[in-house]
Amino acid sequence: MQNWYMLTIIGEDEPGIVAKITQALFEANCHLGEASMIRLGCNFTIMLMLSTDSDRQSLENVLYPACDSMNLRFHLDEIEGKLHEHHIPDVHITVSGADRSGIVSQVTGALFNAGLDILDLASDVAGTKEKPIYIMQIEGIANQGIEKLHNAMTPLHSNGIDVQISSIDTLVG
Amino acid sequence: MAKKEILLYPDPRLKQISTNVEEFNEDLLSFIQDLDETMGEGPGAVGIAAPQIGKNIRVVIVDVSSRKKIKHHGHLILVNPEITEWEGLKVGREGCLSVPDFTGNVVRAECIALTAYDQHGEKLSFEMNGYEARAVQHELDHLDGLLFLDRLVSRRNDLFQRKNYK
Repeated sequence: MQNWYMLTIIGEDEPGIVAKITQALFEANCHLGEASMIRLGCNFTIMLMLSTDSDRQSLENVLYPACDSMNLRFHLDEIEGKLHEHHIPDVHITVSGADRSGIVSQVTGALFNAGLDILDLASDVAGTKEKPIYIMQIEGIANQGIEKLHNAMTPLHSNGIDVQISSIDTLVG
Repeated sequence: MAKKEILLYPDPRLKQISTNVEEFNEDLLSFIQDLDETMGEGPGAVGIAAPQIGKNIRVVIVDVSSRKKIKHHGHLILVNPEITEWEGLKVGREGCLSVPDFTGNVVRAECIALTAYDQHGEKLSFEMNGYEARAVQHELDHLDGLLFLDRLVSRRNDLFQRKNYK
């Protein structure tokens, strides 16, 4: 398994996509690494690490029919595998408020300047169509300490953005 | 004393139920010394259970004293431990010496009452909460063949979306 790829697939969500795609990859002797699949709006999205002895063209020949049959689009990037190098987060941040433009850039910009290295970010637009709310959860490493993050978020409270910051103290036993 | 090899998942010995210690003797003391030394070599470990070094007896060691600003009972050697009371639930992040390179969220009781014996057979009882209670629950799971992998909950959804019910 010489070649590592990041496979990205998107399209309208329907049951069975993961099963059908991974079956096609398995039959093509691909080895799967780490993956993250999530439904964003009504869209199916997945990013999937895979390694294979085959070349890119052979891999695309497997993916085209599998994806076409479900009206999915895919993208392949050559990557370094580098498994077994997980970073352990030490802070969890929840951001919520009335949905409006600029929340993510405002929050993540301030957090970046306060030393946050984001490892995981997920956001949802919930509430109602008339009054949507935005909820974002972030995990990361507070390179300059959690107090710095608290200080960076304080000005945002007056803009109607609620931010909860809590430390993650991972127990190893 | 000797540092022992830590068994790694999916070693089937980690999934076995351990038996009670019946005799408090020199062999037990020697084994506990080995277990303690092995825990000390683990990166940042606050606990270890006998099955993790391949012996399925009900012995664990917990020591969370390295953590700042938490209540704890120091270095605990717990033989035949039993949790007698639980209260409250809380999500926390856990990893395991037997599952390298992975951490996940687990729900544990916030407060517990615990009975056990020390390495000499003296009866012990504790009430503990928070991080120390979590560590004890993690280690006692090992005695019942459970890993934190068996108790993982979602990492993403601390806020659960609710359906609208009319």
